[in-house]
Parts: sequence; structure tokens; C-alpha cells
Amino acid sequence: MSHRMSRVLRLDALARVEGEGAVRLRLQGGEVTAAELRIYEPPRFFEAFLVGRGHTEPPDLTARICGICPVAYQMTACQAIEAACGVTVDGPIAQLRRLLYYGEWIESQSLHIHLLHAPDFLGCADAVELARTDRAAVERGLRIKQAGNAVVELLGGRPIHPVNIRIGGFYRTPSRAELRPLADRLRRARDEALEAVRWVAAFDFPEASFDGEFLALHDPGRYAVDSGTPAVLPAPGSAHRVRGFPVEEFEEHVVEEQVPYSTALQSRLDGRPHLTGSLARYALNGRRLHPAAAEAARAAGLGDPTAGEVCRNPYRSIVVRAVEVVHALEEALLVIDDYRPPAVPHVDVPPREAVGCAATEAPRGLLYHRYALGPDGTVTAARIVPPTAQNQAAVEDDLRRQVQTRLARSRTAVGDEELAALCERAVRNHDPCISCSAHFLDLSVERE
Amino acid sequence: MSGRVVVIGVGNPFRRDDGAGPAVIEALRARGRPAAELAVSDGDPGRLMDLWCPADTVVVAEAVYARPGRPGRLHTVRADRAARLAAGTASTHGFGLAETVALAAALERLPRVLVVHAVEGADFGVGAGLSAPVRAALPALVRLVADSLRAAHRRMPGSPGTAGAGCAARRQNHTPSGANTAAIPRRPPPPSG
Repeated sequence: MSHRMSRVLRLDALARVEGEGAVRLRLQGGEVTAAELRIYEPPRFFEAFLVGRGHTEPPDLTARICGICPVAYQMTACQAIEAACGVTVDGPIAQLRRLLYYGEWIESQSLHIHLLHAPDFLGCADAVELARTDRAAVERGLRIKQAGNAVVELLGGRPIHPVNIRIGGFYRTPSRAELRPLADRLRRARDEALEAVRWVAAFDFPEASFDGEFLALHDPGRYAVDSGTPAVLPAPGSAHRVRGFPVEEFEEHVVEEQVPYSTALQSRLDGRPHLTGSLARYALNGRRLHPAAAEAARAAGLGDPTAGEVCRNPYRSIVVRAVEVVHALEEALLVIDDYRPPAVPHVDVPPREAVGCAATEAPRGLLYHRYALGPDGTVTAARIVPPTAQNQAAVEDDLRRQVQTRLARSRTAVGDEELAALCERAVRNHDPCISCSAHFLDLSVERE
Repeated sequence: MSGRVVVIGVGNPFRRDDGAGPAVIEALRARGRPAAELAVSDGDPGRLMDLWCPADTVVVAEAVYARPGRPGRLHTVRADRAARLAAGTASTHGFGLAETVALAAALERLPRVLVVHAVEGADFGVGAGLSAPVRAALPALVRLVADSLRAAHRRMPGSPGTAGAGCAARRQNHTPSGANTAAIPRRPPPPSG
């Protein structure tokens, strides 16, 4: 078909992302005039669902928002409510929380790397085909992932939707002896995670660059996971430097808006699309990677993260995720090494009338919660801004740019099938967690 | 042959009809002295494979999403059928039970016998409690699972061809009457963030 023609490309099913959604492209005279990512997303329901509940309930309730990253929701809910009640949780309870969060990072990132993303680079239709051509790699990915599952199961009380987490800490904390077998398993997983970095580093990566702003938590003390303040790395070439703002000002900077084609609200950071997630986290926290992870990043061609080198190629996000798995495993081992059981499994969090908010780094990026409590702790308002909703506008920009580049490169017509494959890859690069019980991704291309 | 029989209820009870699988497990527990290990799973591929390997017989109960569908309709699917189906659908969907079965087959981590009993759901929205058609179909779903368990135990003692190769299985021997033997319709993805 001619580039002069206009067309609409519809992706009926976007493979290998978590959840369901749709992409619609409008092409006119060889130009991409619209790229829309449609998401149907239930956190909105949860916000209403939470109102009227006791202040102890959001961690258990919000865990149900996500089958992949319940810990992120639990940790963020706990911290936001504790902030409202003026309570700070630190010491071994905070360390255990971080260990739990690392467990979720390990399982979520490993799942995406091995079962969802890697097939794109190896000419495989899916993980099943990959398992037939490179069984060892898939087995290794599953073993790493299961090590993360084991952390969540031990600390969370069960593998899915953990039940051992509460405001102020845990219902029960483990002994040092209970953590010992876990450490052995994590050490083996760490060695395999280093192999996984080498594996993905050898893939072929198309040229691409996200030229917008990165948003991630920044913690001067560590590679941010459950602590730190929002920080923004400006677009390349910007005269501005890294800027930050207190989490209490999050909603002033990250403003959600309704778009007609999606039930998820789209967010903009100070009026512009932004990206949160592994690339952003790495860009803003690379200096704080565990030395073994930093070395793996250097060897994998990501440059020197300790010198502030940044990766803006969404295709290479698979390498960054693999490096983050190494980091999470190393840090988890350090937590276990240092662990001394707390005197009590949780601190008291007496309710008070107040508003509290918190942000943590879910595997897919910055997750924000805000709760308003009545005097008896009843939740009177709740706000949840998940990472995928924040990334939606940036993913659309990326789609538009990649399709435009592809069209510009070709003297002949580019078929819908190729464009559909390109769009699927472009979306998968960002590991979206598109939630819903509705059908999955419809891609439509309108050519006029 | 390990003689191990596992029943797995796949789903999330806080997503309405997606809780049908866990509800089956609850019903079996309530009967007391279950004839198998009982487990609930969110359908995560790694965890499912861990649950069913090594096992001789795995019976999965779950809710599925069909379009067009008839809420409450029951389906029974054999492992080989499920794996073949995944080969056709994995490129268009996320990682579900069918893909997990196909992956397990590729990794030779299928149990000797795997049968999936599924009920078509009506409502996968946020909240607890099954819709009326699924609630009405639940006793029949439990019966299908129980029938499969009885068949598994009948097969156990010295039945021919039971020396399977590890977890690998390519055949399912029992299709309960009264159920459609059909492709696995999609179950909805887990709620996500």
C-alpha cells in the first residue's frame, strides 16, 4: 500500500503483556497522526471500594489490585497510612519489608524477561517456542522467578496475595534460622541471574530512544525500592538538571486526565508525558546499584551506572531489568545476613484524622497512594496512581515515533502485520500491567 | 509413578466468578477427608508447575471467559488439547493456563494426567461472591472434579502404562459425562497494576 494512503491499524490482541488493552493507529499520507493505547483498569473501582473501611484494611484490599505485584500495593498502602498516623517504621521490620519487596521484584522482572519479552529478540512467537529452542534459558528464568516467589511466600505467609502484612509491620516475623535456607536459594538464583544478564546482553537491539522525562524515586542511601522522594531526569538536551519534589506534592506534578478511548486515566508530569519503571529507576539510581549489579551492567554494555550513564533505549530495558534482578538478589542476601528479629513483629499505628501519602517503586515503576482518615481511622478518601497509567502517554509517544521511523525508512509499503508486530514489541518494552477482565489488545490502523 | 493426585483451584475469589476454582477447593475441604492434595493458585506458571510436578494426576478447576459465552456452562479439557490450543492463542493473549500447559509440555513438566474442569463465568469484576449462573453450576463442577479423582484412584494400582516419564504425560483417560469437551476458553487475566 502507498504511504499516501491513510489507514487505521487495529491490534486485536497484544501478546505477552499483563492484562488487556488495545492500540489504534491512524496513518495519513505516510504520517502517524494518532497512536492510542487503550487500557481498562480497575484501580478506580478500588478507590471507591476503600472508602468507609478501617485504616488497617487497605493493605489487604489493595493487594488484590494486582496479581503480579501485590506487595507493591501493600507496602505503599502501609506507608501512606502510617504517614497519616504519624508513625515511622524502621529497623528490622523495615528491612523485612524491603526483603519482601525484593522478592516481588525478582519474580515479576524474571517473568517479564524470560516468558514475555525475550521471545521478541529471538524470533520466537512466545515462551513455549522459546522453551523448545532454548529450554535451559526458560528453566533458568523459572528458577530465578521461583526464588522470588519463595521470599514472598516465606514473609507474606503464602505465595499470592500475602496475608502476613499489616499496618506497622507483620503479624509474624521469621527467625534467622527460617531465613537461612532462603539465603542458599537466593545465592543460587544470583549466579543464574548473572547468567541471565549475559544472555539478554547478547540480543540484537533495534535503535530507539525515549526522549522524554524519567520519573523515579531517588534515595541517596540506596537504589530506591520502598523509600526515597520523587525525582525527575529531564529530557536529553534540556538545560534543567535533575529536580525533585516531596511525595506530598505528587498530585500537583503528576496530573491525571481522562481520555475518551481508555478507562485508565492518563498522567502527565508537569504537563508532559513521562516514563517511570526500570529505565527511569536505573537512570536516577544507577550510582547506588550493588557493585555486582553495576559490574554486570557495565559488562552488558549499559555503560557505567556509577558514572551516571543512562539507558534510553526501551528495547534495552530487558537488560536493565536483568541487572535489577541481580541487584535485588544481592540486596536481599545482605538483608538476610544482617537480620535480627525485632522485639515485636509490628509497631502500633493508632488512628487519627489526617491525610497521608507514600510512593514506592513497584517493578513497573513509581506507585503512589494517598489516604484521608477520619478520627477513628475510617478511610474517607483514597487515591491510587499506578505506574502503567502514568506510562500510557509515553508509550503512545513511543509507538508513534517507532511507527513513524519505520515508515520513513521504507520505500515500499509497510503491511499491517509488520506494523502490528512492531507495535506489540514497542508496548511490551514497557512491561505494561494492563488490568481488566475485558478482552485484550485491539490494534487498529486507519489509513486515509 | 508417585501416586500423587492434586486438585488445583485456579482463580481469585475477589474477582467474582474468577473465584469458582477456589470455591471448588473449599467445597472439597468441607466434605472432609479429601482424596487428593488440595491447592489454590493464581495461575502463575511457575507456581502451577511446582504444584503439579511431580504428580500423576492433576485436576484443575477454574472459571473461564468465553465470548460469546453461556455463563454456568461446564467444559472439560485434556492436557494435550489445552497445549495445542495454546499454540494458537499464545500469540494473542497473556500467559494463562493454556500457555502454562503448553510451556510445561515443552519443558516436559506435565503430570501424567492433567484434566481441566472449567465453568464459564459471567462477572469478573471487583468483588466477592459468584454470579447466580456460576453459583448454580458449582455443585456440578465439584462433581466433575470428584469424578476425575475417583477415576485417578481407579487407575492407580498397577494399571497398565502408568510408569510415566517424570512429569510428562500426553494422554488423559477420563472425560466425565455431562460436560462439554471443548477448547479452554480464556480466563481473564489477573487484576493488575
